[in-house]
Amino acid sequence: MSTVTRATLAEQIYDQVGLSRHESADILEDILERMARTLEAGDSLKISGFGTFSVRQKGQRTGRNPKTGVEVPILPRSVLVFRPSQLLRAHVNGQAAEAGEAEGDEA
Amino acid sequence: MTRSELIAELAAARPHLPMREVERIVQVIFAEISNALMRGDRVELRGFGAFTIKKRDARTGRNPRTGETVSVDEKVVPFFKAGKELRERVNHANGSAD
Repeated sequence: MSTVTRATLAEQIYDQVGLSRHESADILEDILERMARTLEAGDSLKISGFGTFSVRQKGQRTGRNPKTGVEVPILPRSVLVFRPSQLLRAHVNGQAAEAGEAEGDEA
Repeated sequence: MTRSELIAELAAARPHLPMREVERIVQVIFAEISNALMRGDRVELRGFGAFTIKKRDARTGRNPRTGETVSVDEKVVPFFKAGKELRERVNHANGSAD
């Protein structure tokens, strides 16, 4: 199993779109930052054919230190959840054509 | 925000790139992440998060409407875990260190 990183994605942009290596890396960073900013603002992010990222509010609850058993309040917080699209779910199970060709509005 | 809004924002910020090219870039990124997961690879974007797949064993399920039992094959499901930086940015409003 290998790991895909920013470098891999930037290389794909360089290869397939033909931007310079520098601009490929730069636009990838720009995209990730715009995605992060959207989520930071509490908005959801819907990428058709891939999935939806949304922010969920969690209320306060009482947790326990598993080691000592001492009760501690867990404060309300916002967490990020990702819901993969049906297309991505099928794709990872080898049940669909290249994900890149999917352009439907289903997310 | 949707995929097309993201594309429109990027295109506006980079007027030298044709819209078609910006669309292609966004498509290439998500296709590569999808393909990596299909290969069983992990996608790790520091500060943003990591995409992985999780195995789900075969199980016997039930059609919730009819109560009929159905066998569900073993499968993998995509999973995303937000990175530390993104997790903290999303949770900033609550003022607690995560």
